[in-house]
Amino acid sequence: MGETGYLAAFIAVAAIATFATRVIPFLFFERHTEHPLVRHLGRYLPAAVMALLATVFLQHSADWSGTWAGFDALLPGALVVAVHLWRRNALLSIAAGTLSYMAIQQTGL
Amino acid sequence: MNQSVFRLTLPILFGYLPLGMAFGVLFTTQLDYAWWAAPLMGVLIYAGAGQILAVSLLAVHAGLLEVFVAMFVLNARHLFYGLSLLGQFRGAGWRKLYLIFGLTDETYSLLTSRPRGRDCAHEQEIDFRITGFNQCYWVAGCALGALLGDNVTFDSTGIEFALVALFIVLTLEQLRALGEGFPVWLGAVAAGIAMLLLPPTHQLIGAIALVTGVLLIEYRRTRRQDLQEKQNHG
Repeated sequence: MGETGYLAAFIAVAAIATFATRVIPFLFFERHTEHPLVRHLGRYLPAAVMALLATVFLQHSADWSGTWAGFDALLPGALVVAVHLWRRNALLSIAAGTLSYMAIQQTGL
Repeated sequence: MNQSVFRLTLPILFGYLPLGMAFGVLFTTQLDYAWWAAPLMGVLIYAGAGQILAVSLLAVHAGLLEVFVAMFVLNARHLFYGLSLLGQFRGAGWRKLYLIFGLTDETYSLLTSRPRGRDCAHEQEIDFRITGFNQCYWVAGCALGALLGDNVTFDSTGIEFALVALFIVLTLEQLRALGEGFPVWLGAVAAGIAMLLLPPTHQLIGAIALVTGVLLIEYRRTRRQDLQEKQNHG
């Protein structure tokens, strides 16, 4: 198999594997849309997933070595919460958090 | 409609452009393939962490079975996303296939958090455009990074925090819409447990499996209570 052939096969396999993870629930549970358990998950899963994505990615964005362990990401994270509770404007909250995070990372505070 | 979709997806733009560029730079500097293979992967595979993993798999010329298993395991959390969108995507016709294909963490977050009207077809059209806009940002990032390679001059260090900030905002919005704190605390605690016990690559799927498990137990408990109450009243 040549280099181009390998790359094409690689992309095809990776695309199929990724799509499989996304389509499987629709293939197997489609007929149970009205089932109370599916409704229960539909109601509570998104909020729980959102909270866990926020927690995991916040932890990964932080530098836990040094005296100010985690401060470089936790402070911008807290700023997002504060600005959002104050104005409830998603773009404003995200901009405030991102700019403060960038400032901290680039100046090496 | 496109204007409001653009506004809604703007945080994703700030996250996907730099992350896609990071992938593109990695792709051209580590590998010998043509630059356009990077955006092509963004079009066909469309998975952030998956594509970055793909660069290291391509570099070692990994076997195709290994590639399949690695990509499936890394993206396994998506198995749970569809479960909460079965009803929402129902009857979306030809759009449905693309809605499912484009179900990344960020798209899932937007689709499940935004307020929805009663007109199902209209809402699905908006979902469809959100998905399309997001993938465009990602593919543009992949292409830019692959073309520029090491010549990226703008210091965008840290801009990918936009996605973390987006997840925080959406958590607050979910909390407000639901009026119950339980699922949010459940998610945060599950993430904490997963981060303590598991290596980084398995933390997301570990936490999501834990959350789903607890929701199942809680479902059975409330069902049993409901049944008992019915018997008592009957």
